[in-house]
Amino acid sequence: MNILEMTALVWAASAAAGFLGALTGLGGGVVIVPFLTLVLGVDIRYAIGASLISVIATSSGAAAAYVKEGFTNIRIGMFLEIATTLGALVGASLAAVLPTHVVAVIFGVVLAMSAYLSSHAKGESRVKSEELRAESQEPSVESPEPSVGVSLTSRLSALNSRLSALNSRLRLEGSYPGPDGPIAYRAGGVLPGFGLMWIAGALSGMLGIGSGAVKVLAMDQAMGLPFKVSTATSNFMIGVTAAASAGVYLNRGYIDPGLAMSVMLGVLPGALLGTRFLAAARTKVLRIVFSVVILVLAVEMIYNGLTGRL
Amino acid sequence: MSQPGPSSRGTRRKMETIIGTLLRTGVILAATVVLAGAIVYLARHGTEAPHYHAFHGEPSDLCSVAGIVTDAIELSGRGIIQLGLLLLIATPVMRVAVSLTAFLLERDWTYVVATLIVLSLLIYSLLGGSL
Repeated sequence: MNILEMTALVWAASAAAGFLGALTGLGGGVVIVPFLTLVLGVDIRYAIGASLISVIATSSGAAAAYVKEGFTNIRIGMFLEIATTLGALVGASLAAVLPTHVVAVIFGVVLAMSAYLSSHAKGESRVKSEELRAESQEPSVESPEPSVGVSLTSRLSALNSRLSALNSRLRLEGSYPGPDGPIAYRAGGVLPGFGLMWIAGALSGMLGIGSGAVKVLAMDQAMGLPFKVSTATSNFMIGVTAAASAGVYLNRGYIDPGLAMSVMLGVLPGALLGTRFLAAARTKVLRIVFSVVILVLAVEMIYNGLTGRL
Repeated sequence: MSQPGPSSRGTRRKMETIIGTLLRTGVILAATVVLAGAIVYLARHGTEAPHYHAFHGEPSDLCSVAGIVTDAIELSGRGIIQLGLLLLIATPVMRVAVSLTAFLLERDWTYVVATLIVLSLLIYSLLGGSL
């Protein structure tokens, strides 16, 4: 196989990955790396570099559309990007020192988890109840258990008031277009959200993926933000997170132009097409099929990592 | 903290429009440059054997901003592709820079600081730093 044939093959596979990734909401990056390493025998460092490039391309392209729709919260995104970029720098630096078979095993585990998460995601159908929850939600100041000692109680309430002071200073709130006018929401759980975002950044930097699933988890579950706001803001953040590790990758020679070009130029049109079809497609069956594929790839990655073949 | 007034809501909408346009333009520009480089590269090296099974790292001129620009000016296919990839990486960085300007105009100092932190981390990474 010469470079021309390999480019054509990688391009076609990336286009398919981008298409399915956009349709299922799992992102194309998660299957690019296993495909390149397991099927074509590409070194995992080149594969991760190429995948990260495609992540920046698709997320920037999609974010452009989302921002216009008004679901993206630029403030919340900006604040949480402190956590994701820090995590990404740590993750990318870790990827450089960890043996490749360890990276392969971690990749496999994250892959399996994202397959699990996506098969359990309820997606759009949950938005309705999310809206209700967001409206009724108070800023999350939980009353301490009555049995807790007095000093601990007062310390907790002091911490809580300091957190809510931080919260109001950060203005982590907003509104998004609903069917009957704008719907207001407000973020709680700033600390756990920030922590999860750091992890999302570290995974993104270590594995060259967008880790959108963890970002959505942080905003939707930990911070109690509406689902649509979480997905749009997550997409908005992915590009900046990936750019933070891309610098490290570039300097370490992980980004090979020959490989990165075919992945980027394949995933981009694939993802654009996938977004077009999103409304018409019956994504439920597709998502299950794609999850099974991802699970198989995950097991392969872990097996090959453990036996030292990657 | 007072609610953002109508004028700041106006700047927010404006910022969203600018950011949306910037992101789209950046991706299209980067993809065009990468495609041009890909054509040059494949025309010259398409029949050679690929070398991705073992990791050698990239030659040092393809690993730094200055080296990539030099290579691209010399019309090396790989240099042009890498320049396109740099433009792509720069797109989210520019987006953060635009946000910084918007927060400065709004005199929202908390977010000026937050944005400055993110921007300096990004520049630090691009200039070759790692933790």
